[in-house]
Amino acid sequence: MIAIFHNYGSLLLQGFGQTLLCSVIALIFSLIIGSMFAIFETTPSKFLRVIARIYIEVFRNIPLLVITMFFFVVIPMFVAKINGFTAGTIGLTIYTSAFIAETVRSGINSVDPGQMEGARANGLSWWQAMRYVVLPQAFRYVIPPLGNQFINLVKNSSVLAFVAGFDLMYQGNVIASDSLNTMSTYICIGILYLIITLPLSYWMRYLEKKLA
Amino acid sequence: MSMIEFHNVQKYYGEFHALHDINLTIDTGETVVLIGPSGSGKSTLIRTVNGLERIQEGQLIVNGQDLADKKTDMNRIRKNVGMVFQHFNLYANKTILENIMLAPRLVLKRPEEENKKIAMNMLDRVGLADQAPKMPSQLSGGQQQRIAIARSLAMKPKALLFDEPTSALDPEMIDDVLNVMKDIARDSSMTMLVVTHEMGFAREVANRVIFMADGRVLEDDSKEKFFDGQPSNERARQFLSKIITH
Repeated sequence: MIAIFHNYGSLLLQGFGQTLLCSVIALIFSLIIGSMFAIFETTPSKFLRVIARIYIEVFRNIPLLVITMFFFVVIPMFVAKINGFTAGTIGLTIYTSAFIAETVRSGINSVDPGQMEGARANGLSWWQAMRYVVLPQAFRYVIPPLGNQFINLVKNSSVLAFVAGFDLMYQGNVIASDSLNTMSTYICIGILYLIITLPLSYWMRYLEKKLA
Repeated sequence: MSMIEFHNVQKYYGEFHALHDINLTIDTGETVVLIGPSGSGKSTLIRTVNGLERIQEGQLIVNGQDLADKKTDMNRIRKNVGMVFQHFNLYANKTILENIMLAPRLVLKRPEEENKKIAMNMLDRVGLADQAPKMPSQLSGGQQQRIAIARSLAMKPKALLFDEPTSALDPEMIDDVLNVMKDIARDSSMTMLVVTHEMGFAREVANRVIFMADGRVLEDDSKEKFFDGQPSNERARQFLSKIITH
């Protein structure tokens, strides 16, 4: 195992960096997009609710790999060529955002409706009531399930390996076939994933305690 | 001058006819108590006044604006018409002071310093200035309700709606809340519409008592006629005898 780290250090480091980068980008955008669709789902506007419902049901019910392949293969045929890393990150963002939308929506729904009503009666617009009163409470409820989504996201970033995204999993495959030391290679890869996911899960737990 | 006018107002929930041909006028500065058995439509009626419930037919004019008109800006109505709920509905994620300052800051764009000063005055008025930095969950029900009243007052509304403000409270808390409400009622410029079964409050400060049942207004009397004479409506008489002897 030490030999793997020693001989393939730069490949592992590159893979680690790509996985981390893809995860951070996908996390930020899936949180933004997911929250947006969660808010759409709870608006008084039927049009926005339908749009959100369609988005969520379509993308959480298609395998991540299929969405990613769509961006890697289909989009370049008609629009523009995109590399594996970009296609994978877009696929991961869209896929995860559908789950985050459902998570955040359940948080919004678990806030007492009296909060929205009290804020509206106090003169706040629907959006102001959502932004200052309902959402802060909703996010507090959903930190634990969001943490799960974030951890899934990091692990799912291994989809990049299928589209030549040069992530950890991709480099693992390269190293395994080059060194023929498959067991040690995949143990190394596993450890490197844990280096990202364990602090993340610890941090979410900390947030949960701090905000509860 | 009238603050609230109902003209042949109808409200339906699907097939259910919740408000039946309501005709009412409430003048500026009046305190009107609304009573009736549960399910009689009194909460629905009060919630139509600030647009929390929409009406389907008729005309409802609040502060000179017709709420049935789709172009009417509800946020503008609610700036002038505060509401106090049975379950207080304080913002659980904000301190007491922030609860009071939020709407004036966002809606009225009141400068921060003035906003804080007014908020503290309102807290003082309801006797809870020392609670400013606490969270709502740290306060008793009676205190929370007084904060909710202070929050409405901080918007400097022309009218206040109270939807059973004391029915979720422990008996020993009720008087503190009623005293604050009486104090507001004595302010001659404030229009108050109060759903309550606190007849002591009605006797002391109401100008009129309205009795509702099955979505209709069955009795609309001056306080004197309602309590000292007899309501002309049989159901109102029965209801009154029940809540007074209770």
